[in-house]
Parts: sequence; structure tokens; C-alpha cells
Amino acid sequence: MARAVTTRRKAVVTACAWAIGLTIFFPILWTVLTSFKTEAQAIADPPTLLFFQWTTENYSEVLERSNYFRHFANSVIISVGSTILGLIIAIPAAWSMAFVPAKRTKDVLMWMLSTKMLPPVGVLIPIYLIFRDTGLLDSRIGLVVVMTLINLPIIVWMLFTYFKEIPGEILEAARMDGATLWSEILYVLTPMAVPGIASTMLLNIILAWNEAFWTLNLTTTNAAPLTAFIASYSSPEGLFYAKLSAASAMAIAPILIMGWFSQKQLVRGLTFGAVK
Amino acid sequence: MGNITLKQVTKSFGAVDVIRPIDLEIEDGEFVVFVGPSGCGKSTLLRLIAGLEDVTSGSIEINGRDATAIPPAKRGLAMVFQSYALYPHMSVRKNIAFPLKMAGLDPAERDRKVEEAAKTLNLTDYLDRRPGQLSGGQRQRVAIGRSIVREPDAFLFDEPLSNLDAALRGNMRLEISELHQTLKTTMVYVTHDQVEAMTMADKIVVLQAGRIEQVGSPMELYRNPANRFVAGFIGSPTMNFIDGAEAGKYDAASIGVRPEHMTVSRDGGDWKGKVGVAEHLGSDTFLHVHLENIGQVTARAEGEIDLHYGEEVFLTPDAAKIHRFTAEGSVLG
Repeated sequence: MARAVTTRRKAVVTACAWAIGLTIFFPILWTVLTSFKTEAQAIADPPTLLFFQWTTENYSEVLERSNYFRHFANSVIISVGSTILGLIIAIPAAWSMAFVPAKRTKDVLMWMLSTKMLPPVGVLIPIYLIFRDTGLLDSRIGLVVVMTLINLPIIVWMLFTYFKEIPGEILEAARMDGATLWSEILYVLTPMAVPGIASTMLLNIILAWNEAFWTLNLTTTNAAPLTAFIASYSSPEGLFYAKLSAASAMAIAPILIMGWFSQKQLVRGLTFGAVK
Repeated sequence: MGNITLKQVTKSFGAVDVIRPIDLEIEDGEFVVFVGPSGCGKSTLLRLIAGLEDVTSGSIEINGRDATAIPPAKRGLAMVFQSYALYPHMSVRKNIAFPLKMAGLDPAERDRKVEEAAKTLNLTDYLDRRPGQLSGGQRQRVAIGRSIVREPDAFLFDEPLSNLDAALRGNMRLEISELHQTLKTTMVYVTHDQVEAMTMADKIVVLQAGRIEQVGSPMELYRNPANRFVAGFIGSPTMNFIDGAEAGKYDAASIGVRPEHMTVSRDGGDWKGKVGVAEHLGSDTFLHVHLENIGQVTARAEGEIDLHYGEEVFLTPDAAKIHRFTAEGSVLG
């Protein structure tokens, strides 16, 4: 490439990139900083950025007032459970759509995606009533089912694109080698699609972890995950910014850490097949 | 045992008839080659035998048993694919052992058979590598290894050599022929390369547009092609076809003369013309000659012949080896 990259140009681009990056990251940083302030400092005007009395009392108070680990466990059960259930349903579905497509396969895929275009609040009442009548309100099983159904179109779509990349002849070879349908999926297709399945799994865990609409509307205490835990700090008693921030920080920390360690896998999966 | 019988087999994809009714008998131990231009249905026919495609009508019998509705895995056949279709996430050892694992053999027995196959195919040193770390020829051998460990009733090869370079292709051709001599198992081999067909086959099946044009041994097809298509397809360089007045002298709409069935002379002969391009191969020279009133033909001359572009030359066909065709292309007796 013959484009001259001057030091000045480089410096400007770097500064811009940092500025954009920090702007995006700022709310999270602010939340974390606020969680270490006292309630008075949290609403101080003008706000202080770094020079305040650091305190961890918000964390201890939040841990005292709510059962953080219960919410955490619920979040893990709901996000991991719905992801596993979703994969069990989506792998065979994506397999059939990728390798034995019918005339209307493309339409089915489009229809699945179109369900994501509907605003969730549009079906809140019917789903709420179904949950009430079947006793699924405020149950982990109920939430696992809802999360699975909500994210299923995305899981199927992602897996479908990964499976499309796998040459059909290899699966035919497995069939000639005596593999049954299940051995074909288990021993040949799944191991070959591991990078794709892993990133689908990670993305789905993140989506389910952060989902707030259904978790807030369908739970009260027993099955409430971390999203409900955060929401409980913006309560009729008033807004406590510092405690709300501490709760938020505790809720997003696990998923941030997981995302950090798996970012290589995530990026690799999301750009899989983009360049041959 | 490896008899395969096709009875009135057809295959259509939607409104397109890929295979017209086909009857074919493949004997146990035979090396049968399906040959034809691309799109003639030869691969589809192989896939129908394999069970990877369902027949639209007709039946397929393997060892006298109706196999039309039997899934591929239960037909007792093994297949080698054009792309090799190795499992990229498994080592060579696991690739070769895969059919045995599916058949439920115990690990010790599997290992013994894999070692044995690896020895036959010179793969012993590569057993722990992944397919991605092998050359094209080695991958092809792994694919063959994977098919022989099962001891199938018949092998199906779908253009197995077309991804290899010319030198390697020649070697693998020999290896597959030798394998056939050792195993004496039925082999069905698909290719568009008539050289592969001629050199390997016991029986060649020439296909065009989903139909069998002719079935016979390589030399039968070479000597007595049933029609103009087969005559033009078998033999290299291809047969020269001459229409018009010259063909009329032989009471035919067109005549065919193979390049090797003409004598080349400077002094005199039946057909006069000028030398175009002369291809010197060392052992032979292929002369492209522009004949007066007839057109361009190819003639084979000895390797040392000293003829050059634009020189005058005479060609004389061997009358006994002229093929006569009707206007529709079928052969005149």
C-alpha cells in the first residue's frame, strides 16, 4: 500500500478512536465509579469524577438487603439453561435447513426471523395469562422456556450460516461410512461446527443474561435474575444512585468477565466464513 | 459378492430428467467405468447406486437383493469422493477407523485393520496427522483407506483423480488398478477422462444426456463404436469426421477416421493438404492437416517425422478401418 501514513495523521486517528471508545465505555465507568460514592456524592452537582471519598458501603448494604447469590444463580440457570435447550432444538433444525432444504426453507427462515420484529410487549398479555394459568409465573422453568423461544430464531440463523459452510460431501461420506443420522450429527457435523456453535452459545448467554423485559414481567422473587435485582433498586422508596450503581456493577461483572475471556472466540465466530 | 443390477432406473430433478430409463448389469469383481461429458448424468447414476439420491422410478439390486429403498450405510458399498471428503477434525487413523467404529468393531480390532490398510497404502507414517497436513495424493489414499477397511461388496469412485496434478494422476491410476487386481472387488468408477476409462476399465459405460450410448470393453468401443458420439468420445486424439462428397464415396452421410489409421506421405496419397500445427511428442507427432475440399483433420505420424508448417502432405486412410455413419449419427454396418 502506497498511502503515506504520517505521524500526525496517526496521532489524530488514534485520538479519535480513543475518544469514541471512551464515550461508549463512559456510562459503565460512571456506574462503577458511582458505586463507590456515598449517596450524597452520587447526586452532587457538579459531579466529581475521581476525587471523592471512596467507600464500599454500597456493596455491603446491597449484599445485606438483597440475596445477590440467589439472583446470580437464577441468571446462570436461565441463560445457560435456555442456551442448552435452544441448541438442542436448533442444531437439528439448522442441519435440516442447511443440508436437506425444501422448497420453502428460505421462507421458514425468514418467518422465524420475522418473529423478532414483533415488539415483545405486543404478546405480553397472552403470555402472562398462559404463564398464570399453567403456574409458570415466577418459575425458572418458565423463564428458561421463554428465553429459549425468544432467542431460538437467532440461534437457528447463526447455526444455519455456519453449517452452510460445511461441505455436504463430508456428511455424505459419513452416511456411506455407516453413520446413522445421529452419529453423523454427533461425530462429524458438530465437531466441525464447534467454533460456530461456541460463538452462538456465548452470544446467546449474553443476550439471555441481559434480557430485562420478560424477566421483569414474569418474575417477582423466586426466579428473579440479576436484571430484576438491579430494577429493585429503582423502587417506590426513591432512587438510590449509589446503591443502584453497585447493584448494576455486580450484575454486569460476571458477564463482562466471561465476555472478556471469550472475546477471541466470539470475534472468530461472528466473522466466521466472512473471508475464505 | 458385488453384483449390481439397474432395472429401468430413472431420476428427475423437478421437470429435468437427469437419468432416462437405464438398464445395466455390473458383474462381481468387474471394474466398470462410467464416462461421458459433464452433465451427462454419470455422477448422478453413481449416487443412485450409492443411495445418496433416491431413484424416481425403477429398481436397483445389489447381490440379487432389492436395494432401492435401503439407506446408503446398509448397502455394503464404499465411496471415494472427488473432494476426498475426509473428516478434517480427525487424524488419519480416526478417519480410516470411522466406518469400523460405526460398524461397532472393538478398538483393538479397529486398530489392527487400520494398520493393515495404512501399510497397503503407504500411510503408516502419517496416521497421527490431520488431513490438512497431507498432500493431495496422500489425502486421496486416506479416502481409499477409509473405504477399503470395511471390506465392502463394491467400491464407488466419483472422479477421484480430477483434483490431482497430471503426474500424480498417472500414479494413482496405476495404484487403483493394482488395488483392483489385489482385492478383486467390484469397482464402479466415474470419470470424464476417456484415458482413465480406457486404461482402467474392464467395461466402459458411455453416457450422454442421461442415456447409455454403449456398453463394452475398451477395445470393443474403440473398434466398433455404436454411433458417432461414442466414436468421437473414445480415443485420443479424437476421431476425424468427414461429411459431404468424400463421405458419399463410402455411401454414408459422414465417415470417421482415427488419426492413427492414416498413412502420411510427402509423395502421394488419397487426400492432399497442407500441414498446419505439428505437435511433436517425441514418440509420436500429431499433424493438423488442412485437406483440400475436406477440411482440417488430425493424423498421427512417427515421432521423428520432419514436416513443418505449410508443407504439402498426402494422407491415405486405411479403408478397412473407416467408420461409416448415417445423418443421425448411428453406425452403418
